[in-house]
Amino acid sequence: MAKTQGFMQALRCRECGRTYDLEARHVCEFDFGPLEVVYDYDRAKKSLTRQALASRPHSMWRYRELLPVAGEPTVGLQVGFTPLVRADRLARKLGIRELWIKNDAVNYPTLSFKDRVVSVALSRARELGFDVVACASTGNLANSVAANAASAGMKAFVFIPSDLEQGKVINSLVYGANVISIKGHYDEVNRLCAEIAGKYHWAFVNVNMRPYYAEGSKSQGFEIVEQLGWRIPRHTVVPMASGSLLTKIQKSYQEAVKIGLVEDGEYSVHGAQATGCSPISAAYKAGLDFFKPVKPNTIAKSLAIGTPADGFYALKVFKETGGAAEDVTDDEIREGIKLLAETEGIFSETAGGVTVGCAKKLIASGKIPADDSAVLCITGNGLKTLDAVAGHVGQTREIRPSLREFDALVEKEAQMISR
Amino acid sequence: MSATIRIPTPLRKLTNNEEVVETSATNIGAAILDLQTRFPGIQERLLDSNGEVRRFVNVYVNEEDIRFLQNKETPLKDGDEVSIIPAIAGG
Repeated sequence: MAKTQGFMQALRCRECGRTYDLEARHVCEFDFGPLEVVYDYDRAKKSLTRQALASRPHSMWRYRELLPVAGEPTVGLQVGFTPLVRADRLARKLGIRELWIKNDAVNYPTLSFKDRVVSVALSRARELGFDVVACASTGNLANSVAANAASAGMKAFVFIPSDLEQGKVINSLVYGANVISIKGHYDEVNRLCAEIAGKYHWAFVNVNMRPYYAEGSKSQGFEIVEQLGWRIPRHTVVPMASGSLLTKIQKSYQEAVKIGLVEDGEYSVHGAQATGCSPISAAYKAGLDFFKPVKPNTIAKSLAIGTPADGFYALKVFKETGGAAEDVTDDEIREGIKLLAETEGIFSETAGGVTVGCAKKLIASGKIPADDSAVLCITGNGLKTLDAVAGHVGQTREIRPSLREFDALVEKEAQMISR
Repeated sequence: MSATIRIPTPLRKLTNNEEVVETSATNIGAAILDLQTRFPGIQERLLDSNGEVRRFVNVYVNEEDIRFLQNKETPLKDGDEVSIIPAIAGG
């Protein structure tokens, strides 16, 4: 049996249950199944209580017992505890009684939920003795690895598809990271990184560090439950790329129940994809329990993963929680971005447009009943994907610095409206 | 004629740490059988009990996923490069 470290007991294969030591290893040697961290829940239950939480700092690390580091975290101490916003104006537009936005578009320091997974992966990488960190990324992860590595004094290599938005490229370069642009889509970047990871002994956050990395996403779910006043939301809508965040949201709800932070109740976790890259949603709609890989073609580049590693488990989450999957077109994504911005003052990246657009469809179809309540997970900031909405959100009107010209403009617009 | 197969780290214990092996098989299914003959035990790592490629194993021929080609029937010719890669989390 592996040696216990902190609250972690071992790594265990989700498929066959074989256990491994708590090292930088992500797949089972036997069947390639993903490895997951096993915790000592009995000890966590005694230490992670509502009472203990009351005096802890407002960051994701307040749930430290169920995050996979052996000692105290050393990277990203300020990450998380982003606002949970009551969204009444958007609720009216979507036709639902109660709606909340979990706003990771303002996560620290790089404005996406990836700061959660990266602070865990880098803290753990340090514990395991690595000084070079790396990742395959659709943009947000690269930004976060670059920034957090810089602040931790670690060297970073980030690998991205060559067609990324400029905002996301510059957001990695500025921190001094080695940014390697690959002529191909994300799945090809991933394949290459798997081969690089086998050869270079680096901490690849989403390859050999994946069991630790992925657990960081649970903090978003813990926060939702706490911020709702210790209640699991009846419905949660989560954007899906690899499907990892969705599975970890479910896991966070399960664990919160398991250690007695919250009472068990009925809840459904729903998944959102872009139609131009919707292998999981397509499988759900076809009633399959496996997905067919696709070649991505969507403006939601942060979700453009055609071979989603956790697709199989995401489909299981729908089955277990009564959740559903939906997908939306590029136009619907832009509409979703605008709707969220105009009703709640939150500017999300394309993935948020996907989540809002899919929530609208799920509510309209009754999969999320109108008299229920829901939380939408907004995972990234709109300032990073300006290219996707430029030219679609209206335009400025230019005048000279003259009151007469402004009066004329007001009058002209009043006429247009009255017409 | 021969194609090369890149062996992923988790399987190298079976191939005596060889990273690249050659095969004269003419399709992916036959290549896996060929590997099994030379490195007993490798087949059950790659295929499930129904003989299909395991859920978390991705196989590529010249950088293309075989699920976009002809799965196990995907032909191999001289100089082709086969990669076997575990599924990876998102980014």
